[in-house]
Amino acid sequence: MSAVLASEPFLERAPLELRDAVVQLLPAPAQWLGHHLITILAVVLGFSLFFAFTTVAERKLLGRLQNRLGPNRAGVPKFSILPFHLRHKLFGLSQPFADAIKALTKEDIVPAAADKLLHFLAPVVVVAFSLMTFAVLPVGRHLVPVELDAALLYFFAAGCASELALFMAGWSSRNKYSLLAAMRALAQLISYELPLILSVVPIVLVTGTLSTVAIVQSQGVWSFGLLPHWFVFTPWGFAGFIIFLIATLAETNRSPFDLPEAESELVAGHLTEYSGFKYALFFMAEYFGMTALSGLGVTLFLGGWQAPAPFLEFIPSYLWFMGKLVGMLVFFIWIRGTLLRLRIDQLTRLSWQFLVPLALLNVGNAAFWSLTAHWSGPLNLVRWAIALALVVTPFLLLGRTLSAGFAPRTYRYAS
Amino acid sequence: MTVALFLIAGLMLGSAGVALLLRNLIHSALLLVASWAGVAAFYLWAGAEFVAFAQILVYVGAISMVVLFAVLLTRQGLEISRPVEPDAQWRAFSAITVGACLAAVLGSAILSTKLPAATATAPTLSVKDTGLELMNHHGAALLIVGLILTVALLGATVLAATDKPQKTEDAA
Repeated sequence: MSAVLASEPFLERAPLELRDAVVQLLPAPAQWLGHHLITILAVVLGFSLFFAFTTVAERKLLGRLQNRLGPNRAGVPKFSILPFHLRHKLFGLSQPFADAIKALTKEDIVPAAADKLLHFLAPVVVVAFSLMTFAVLPVGRHLVPVELDAALLYFFAAGCASELALFMAGWSSRNKYSLLAAMRALAQLISYELPLILSVVPIVLVTGTLSTVAIVQSQGVWSFGLLPHWFVFTPWGFAGFIIFLIATLAETNRSPFDLPEAESELVAGHLTEYSGFKYALFFMAEYFGMTALSGLGVTLFLGGWQAPAPFLEFIPSYLWFMGKLVGMLVFFIWIRGTLLRLRIDQLTRLSWQFLVPLALLNVGNAAFWSLTAHWSGPLNLVRWAIALALVVTPFLLLGRTLSAGFAPRTYRYAS
Repeated sequence: MTVALFLIAGLMLGSAGVALLLRNLIHSALLLVASWAGVAAFYLWAGAEFVAFAQILVYVGAISMVVLFAVLLTRQGLEISRPVEPDAQWRAFSAITVGACLAAVLGSAILSTKLPAATATAPTLSVKDTGLELMNHHGAALLIVGLILTVALLGATVLAATDKPQKTEDAA
């Protein structure tokens, strides 16, 4: 245990203390292995549980948004050996575990014409790589599974394998709808990968590092002891965050960009021929992807594990990270319950004609910001004004140009 | 360390070799992706983190998609396991000739390159150093590569975007 860590409050170092205590129990040669295995287990179990409760939250919130109750029946099963039965329904919170058992016990149907190996490999690859992206997210001040110099690059490299898995799933099913949907999904993923990465470049430009740990640390400053210096509170950071959010929604096939699984158009997309646990694995990978990208958004734009104000630092850093992560996910669920699905041409046009040019301009904006870092006093106001103008003007101009000639739809017969 | 190197080399060469032998084009393409991932693993083994991740991002993420799209869009008929026979002697001959020429060029280039002698301690390069090196000393090369790629992209767009004339019956 390092000296820096020992001076931290107990809650801050509790997870690490626990890990070290367990590692000490092992014989010396196995300690290295135990150290890493515990880290991996913590990530896998922690985020799997997080996934389970995200699905409950999503179903309950969507239910509320649609004026329903959502799942509230699954309680504690009655174990016949127990003399009593806990009749509480637990607010339906045990629903994901019931779902998991259901998915595990369902029959696994593989089409006769399918490419058996690829059909099996696709869900494995997609879950494995989506879990790998968590490795570089700094969950707390000292809680980062792997500290890499090129962490951001690693994140996107691990994430890009999901496209390959999606293709494998669509092609190996030997089903027209699967293949069509997979190709369409690939077009969507490739289109939105560009704005996603371009929206992150300004951060790298300003901080001068690809390490997620260093990026979070560079946001740990407060003006007047109150206003946090998170990147979302700068003009280029705000624009980048919005672009990042939209691209994240599209990359994770979330509504309003859930075209790959649009039931009314392409059956269930690349998932058509999947059933049982393999289907659940795809579902899981999608939520892992969403959680990981939200975590990256929190890390890059929302200050990561930093508290919003210095006097709130007594709350451990990992709770701040988790809180922000939950906030992002609830925001995504809210969007899913609110917005309508886009058409495929609208979707690609939004990316290539609107988001990519704005993201490119935003990179220029960040370059201006980092070149004028030494401006102070009244010049600082000029700096903010110019940066704001660089965000708002292209947005308005491009938006006006692209939407010219489109009026709100008038309903002649259904008014 | 050496064992790991042999494992990586086995993965790289094995998947590339099987990719050449398979009749199923999609399987070949996916195995090629595995081979590229092996190259990335080799870079990681050699300590070149940045290059390894860039390799995965570019090859496994992007170029594999181009290959797969090309295979799917150009496949004629559904008989994917149809044997591809060299239909004439000259075809096999020209293939061998081109392969031999390429091997000669690459071999001579590798052999004639003067590699600096290995230093006692491997230099530790951070991503920042790599970036500064690229932007300062090789800035011109980077710009030229970018320009060529942009021209290629524009060319591809021009080739692909063959605008059909608008439907004439509407105008009439």
